[in-house]
Amino acid sequence: MLINGVQIDDTFAEAFNMRGTRVIITAQNLKWAYHAANAMTGFATSVIGCGVEAGIERELSLEETPDGRPGLSILMFAMGSKVLMQQLETRMGQCILTCPTAAAFAGIESEDRINLGKNLRFFGDGYQTSKLFANANGMAKRYWRIPVMDGEFLCEETTGMVRAIGGGNFLILATSQPAALAAAEAAIEAMKRIPNVIMPFPGGVVRSGSKVGSKYKTMFASTNDAFCPTLKGATNTELSPEIESVMEIVIDGLNFEDIAEAMHVGIKAICDLGEASGVKRISAGNYGGKLGPHHFKLHEIMGKSTS
Amino acid sequence: MNALTFTLNKKLQFSLNCAVLNPANLANKSTSDIASMPLNYGNKQLRVDEIFEITGSDTENIHFKNTTNKLDYLGANMSSGRMTIEGDAGAYLAYNLKKAEIHCKGNTQAYAACNMVSGLLTIDGNTGDFLGGASAGLRKGMRGGTVIVKGNAGDRVGDQMRRGLILIEGNAGDYCASRMIAGTIGVLGKVGEYACFNMKRGTLLLTTLPSLHATIQDCGSHTLPFLNLMFKSIAQFKTKFSSIQTQRVQRFVGDAACHGNGEILLILPAQ
Repeated sequence: MLINGVQIDDTFAEAFNMRGTRVIITAQNLKWAYHAANAMTGFATSVIGCGVEAGIERELSLEETPDGRPGLSILMFAMGSKVLMQQLETRMGQCILTCPTAAAFAGIESEDRINLGKNLRFFGDGYQTSKLFANANGMAKRYWRIPVMDGEFLCEETTGMVRAIGGGNFLILATSQPAALAAAEAAIEAMKRIPNVIMPFPGGVVRSGSKVGSKYKTMFASTNDAFCPTLKGATNTELSPEIESVMEIVIDGLNFEDIAEAMHVGIKAICDLGEASGVKRISAGNYGGKLGPHHFKLHEIMGKSTS
Repeated sequence: MNALTFTLNKKLQFSLNCAVLNPANLANKSTSDIASMPLNYGNKQLRVDEIFEITGSDTENIHFKNTTNKLDYLGANMSSGRMTIEGDAGAYLAYNLKKAEIHCKGNTQAYAACNMVSGLLTIDGNTGDFLGGASAGLRKGMRGGTVIVKGNAGDRVGDQMRRGLILIEGNAGDYCASRMIAGTIGVLGKVGEYACFNMKRGTLLLTTLPSLHATIQDCGSHTLPFLNLMFKSIAQFKTKFSSIQTQRVQRFVGDAACHGNGEILLILPAQ
């Protein structure tokens, strides 16, 4: 498939089942909401080393936040519920509780619940107070008020936990590093507008795509040498001679459709730049389809707009 | 179906226990069955049709008309449906109420919302002592739900209240929030002496500060974001509390006499 001079490989991205949650962070203003959210989603690029993958989903209007203050929604994903709960509580305690004026609320409803302020309340040393408020539907929610030095830290007791998908991806193959990065930036800008997804890596982009296994016994993942441009002559390369740089965009989301939509708008944004931008190919990472149950086929995804 | 309506047609000298006249007890009963149900009146029992004229058949929507303050336990143990009382009610209105709505258009006697678990009780007039309190022998009063009083309330509002919301648009008597364990009480009018006596936890939201006893301590003025959530939650009920916008309050904590961590939040003008 060729779109605007950019080749789309006949391959697929292979993604995995994860557990996900959404947390709403509010603060006195957006600046402090970002401070809290950036801290909470820091060091959360990959479950391999960070335990969770997390990112800021979007800014929320004053009407969308429970306390009517400026806020952000955060998505967080892990391979299992236990890790997700542990990471969420740790990050809440170290990043949101500590951040001036920040408050935290559930951002998703489900039968499965994980703790937000349920255990964090004990920081209040007995001075914590719970309040149970019913919404217009009569559904009651419990909130914790924990006295802190700037006033009170307000936190909902729990948030929902849902089944999610992690590891949607595509690769940008370009004739230079600046060209690959510029294309990746264009894709991320477009993908940020899609709800229910995050791109957890720095700036949304990964330069160190990995393969399973290594020559070293202690490593279970290592550099994806087939896509390393400096190894073109030394390995079973996937790259043609003119490719000098490859960037990857990884997408985690709450459902298959939104990840596919994010991939679609991202790849389309790159193709809109045209062949002259230096981007030659779009490919995707997979493990032969044997590990992950979710396959995002590039031709099917891009066929929506090109057919 | 028309609402099942009980119209009082007898002048009552003693209290009449109306606890059995709730949707669960009346469901699937014919008018004649209902008419023959016994009600405790003083030291004897009377048939329902000796006291009330019965019309309608919808047992999930019960109306009482021409009522007096001798009708005790109206809406007791209700766990579904609606009840409207077009007049006064006696003691123990909405006793042990669960997931149902009761609207009393007149005044009530003491112990309204006693042991209430959930649901909504609206009283258009005044109510007596121990609103939302516990029945004799119990250590926990109201355990959930919402009570709205458009008029005044007597003494000991929320005595041993464990959970829930009481909103009083008028005044409240002495010992408001006494022995309160948790929950929220709001009073737009004045509050009598000894507010929060032996209060353990919970919130008393006020617009005017009563004279406080020495074991209630001033913690200063603050902007508390949780109030926004609380007022949003209250906004679903049509009360004068819905017009409060400020998050600025003066906070008092006590009762220190029982190591309590309850609070009085005195609403201040927005900054």
